Amino acid sequence: MNRFLLPLGVFAALVALLGVGLTLNPREVPSPLIGKPAPHFELPQLHEPAKTFSEKDMLGKVWVLNVWASWCVTCREEHPVLLDLAASGAVPLYGLNYKDKRELGLAWLKGLGDPYRLSIYDVEGRVGIDYGVYGVPETYVIDKSGVIRYKRIGAVTHEILKGKILPLVQELGRG
Amino acid sequence: MARLLALLLLATAAACASAKDASPAAADPALEHRVMALSNELRCLVCQNQTIADSSAPLAEDLRNQVREKMRQGASDSEIIDYMVARYGDFVLYRPPFKLTTVLLWFGPLLLLAAGAAVLLRRVLRRRPPGDAEMTAAQRARAAELLTGNETERR
Repeated sequence: MNRFLLPLGVFAALVALLGVGLTLNPREVPSPLIGKPAPHFELPQLHEPAKTFSEKDMLGKVWVLNVWASWCVTCREEHPVLLDLAASGAVPLYGLNYKDKRELGLAWLKGLGDPYRLSIYDVEGRVGIDYGVYGVPETYVIDKSGVIRYKRIGAVTHEILKGKILPLVQELGRG
Repeated sequence: MARLLALLLLATAAACASAKDASPAAADPALEHRVMALSNELRCLVCQNQTIADSSAPLAEDLRNQVREKMRQGASDSEIIDYMVARYGDFVLYRPPFKLTTVLLWFGPLLLLAAGAAVLLRRVLRRRPPGDAEMTAAQRARAAELLTGNETERR
């Protein structure tokens, strides 16, 4: 009996290890940008191409940057959550329209509602690369001193909003 | 008139060609070689088991262009790798760096091999050939008896 215990233990450990592995999401790559200053950008706005917007305009405020595109299916799923966030007025929400066609992006916001204070327009995806974007939608919480404090890859759900983003925004707002 | 039109067409074609990123074969071959060599070391984050050299995902294309552009600006390979790691983390490297968090990654297989060898060695050493078995005093006596018996009989 005893001689089966060791292989059985090894087997159980392996099953546990692989089981945990199955619950992890390999698409979620931990971002090295957390705790670092938000990369600099200065991009034209989606609605008013003549005006630009930069992360420096937001120094002194806690804000949320959401990367979206009209071609992104998950963004559609996420959209109602962002509308709720905007309606609550808890934190200023800005959009980064990523590798999109301007008219498609505008039509998307017109049709589904615009949760953003404003969206910036990154047609080449350069700012996207600086922010380590690889799977739209992505969402960043940036603090008063312009440091990225949280990054969400994939859709923001109500659970994540209530459980992570809003508490963090509150905490950062106090500090 | 026709000649003028043709000239215009040619001019616009040339403008388009230079506006787009040059195709690998047409551009500086040495540079392209470097771009592809480095791209082979970088993971595409969209299709995670491909390098950005293999992948045709839009992001991989953008990253290749970024690599090319940086090289044109005179960046060294390690500068470009640092640039990518700063944005996407170590995950972007196909050859993970050697540091505290990756020790298990590097030595894990060796550890498993050593553990396997240890188990095997233990088992082999423990299993003795059957002829080597210890005999009790009674068995020895019986054996001696039989042997001498045989001897006397033969003589």
